[in-house]
Amino acid sequence: MRAAFERRRHLLDFAVRSLARRPTKNLGLVAIYALVVFLVGSVMLYGAAIRREAAVMLASGPELTAQAMVMGRHEMSRTTDVAALKGLRGVRRIEPRLWGYLWDSAGAANYTLMVPPASDGAHALAKGEAIVGEGVARARRLAPGKMLFLVSPAGKFLKTKVKSVLPADSALVSSDLVLVEESDFRAFFELPPDVWTDVAITVANPREVATVAEKAALKLPGHRFVTRADMTRTAEALFSWREGLALALLAGALLAFAILAFDKASGLSAEEKREIGILKAIGWETRDVISAKLFEGGLISGLAFLLGVIGAWTHVFFFSAGLFEPVLKGWATLYPHFPLAPTIDALEIATLAMLTIVPYMAAILVPVWRTAAADPDAVMR
Amino acid sequence: MIFHPPILALITAAMIAAVVLAGSGVFALRLLAHWDLDSGAERQIGLERATTLVSTVVAFVLVLEAASLVLFAFNADRMAPLFVGAMCAVGTLNASIYGFPTLWAKIVVFFAAFAWLALDRVDGRTRDYALIRVKYAGLLVLAPLVFIEGALELAYFLDLKADTITSCCGKLFGEDKPALGGDLASLDPFLAMGLVAGGLVVAIGLGFLVGRGRFFALAHGLASVAVFGLALAAIVAAIAPYVYEQPHHHCPFCILKREYGHFGFALYLPLFLATGAGISSAVLASVAPTSARAVAEVATRRLGRLAIGGHVVFALVALAAVLTSRLTLVS
Repeated sequence: MRAAFERRRHLLDFAVRSLARRPTKNLGLVAIYALVVFLVGSVMLYGAAIRREAAVMLASGPELTAQAMVMGRHEMSRTTDVAALKGLRGVRRIEPRLWGYLWDSAGAANYTLMVPPASDGAHALAKGEAIVGEGVARARRLAPGKMLFLVSPAGKFLKTKVKSVLPADSALVSSDLVLVEESDFRAFFELPPDVWTDVAITVANPREVATVAEKAALKLPGHRFVTRADMTRTAEALFSWREGLALALLAGALLAFAILAFDKASGLSAEEKREIGILKAIGWETRDVISAKLFEGGLISGLAFLLGVIGAWTHVFFFSAGLFEPVLKGWATLYPHFPLAPTIDALEIATLAMLTIVPYMAAILVPVWRTAAADPDAVMR
Repeated sequence: MIFHPPILALITAAMIAAVVLAGSGVFALRLLAHWDLDSGAERQIGLERATTLVSTVVAFVLVLEAASLVLFAFNADRMAPLFVGAMCAVGTLNASIYGFPTLWAKIVVFFAAFAWLALDRVDGRTRDYALIRVKYAGLLVLAPLVFIEGALELAYFLDLKADTITSCCGKLFGEDKPALGGDLASLDPFLAMGLVAGGLVVAIGLGFLVGRGRFFALAHGLASVAVFGLALAAIVAAIAPYVYEQPHHHCPFCILKREYGHFGFALYLPLFLATGAGISSAVLASVAPTSARAVAEVATRRLGRLAIGGHVVFALVALAAVLTSRLTLVS
């Protein structure tokens, strides 16, 4: 056991010295390898972080959302619809909601206007007051106490005073949000008093969500019921798909890198060939030479992977993945600036290793064997 | 579903494995037809030279297969939120008819690859390629297994559709369920733990005797396979409920989750290593020819020690789960 360990230690020692003898060539390879790991790693870490963020956000939403449908299009719900849902067993709370979109030509962006629900005491507003999201505050240079003027498509004017700005940690869902008081909202959009955008239903026992949805659908056949689990699944599938698609596009870069590695490992310099010839002439077996060369490949992989992962991690969690953000997150004028919680996920790291180290090692196996198996006199000649 | 990053990695690994083993399989046929160590012909020299390449690439691919088994289980657990009704890996695997067959195929390939690598290592240490024919005949058995596993995996991933309604682990490993999962869950925890403890004592005892002859090595191999089955039964019947601290939660997959500190990996990795080592020592002892006896015996003993180590670690981890749990199943 000890002899085998010593043998490996010496092979490793030899590999390190061999790498150090050709610093320019090997550092160049490490730099390109690390860049590939960085690109693939940034896509993966960012994809995972944004999925986590979306899951955390959705976790605080209502279990069930009911939307009226007319001819397959979203319609306003009536107060009578809300009343019809009252009394359903297992339902903790039914809240009709008012929200809508507004194109703001001044900020050249879309805002989401919303009336805070009655149960949300922390965001309760008086007439003429507003609470704005981080993106809106950024675009319109707003701060608490300042005035916010909005113009509806019909030319209605709304003048509000900013009460507060929503914290950036909820920015993924609240960046473009403007909270206003109910009578302001209805007057601004010219809505009658008995209509609502949709209905949020909170269910006491999460296991009963499907049953509650079924029962509610019987009471309101003209509504569609979307569960929170459906939304979480959609977000997870969407971001996962985008991440996978970006990775598939990077497959070309991976393939090019594997070809480069193959080429580098095949084209040995006269000096390297002589070195292998001497090793074999003094008694090294083909297996020993292969082991030493694979140790070299392993060291290069390890170093490049470490550098690439650290680079990708910094890029994602400290620079919000500036290179890939629009592809993975989607794009909008008011897209949120939100810090991602820095985490290390074993599955992501393992997948990244499999996607980058495996092609490299696979690409160098045949050239390594070809040089190792050659006769000493043939390689030295 | 195919554009899920771990799925892309697993498919890449499966494709590399299939290509390498297809090439190696063709080489194996050529070698079995023309191998003649006494010949100095160019073809024989070429075969001898190429066999180091085949050994290296096949070893690489088989290590990759082992890594892909771990990634497959890990990923199945993580994909659970995508399927209606899934809470852990069981739901994801149940979301397609190819899910569990893929897992079983991966486990079979893992053990077959373990045994083949042991043969390859011993063969590399003999001066006269004593095991070369057995090794390449073995490769012809291993290659179709890897192809089947790869095909099942691809079929599984292509068949996975988001929003599929699947069943959670409670459905498969509930005490009142008629299938195998239900039988294991309703097994008396005291009996299950007793059986696995007895099996471990026998397997560890035989592990010390593997170097003494073919009979002991074979018995040790059989005992390792038996302990593997008993350990899985004990995990479902008793160890998992101790980890969850819930008497009716028997799932052998939820213990891989982060909530339980990835405890399952500490339990399964030594168990798989010990079983692989046990099977390999039995295979080695039964196929090694007289000329390789000495080298094979050293390797068999080493594998025996590895199996003992794995079994002891498994026993300690299981014991830790029972002792640190606030649940009492057996008074």
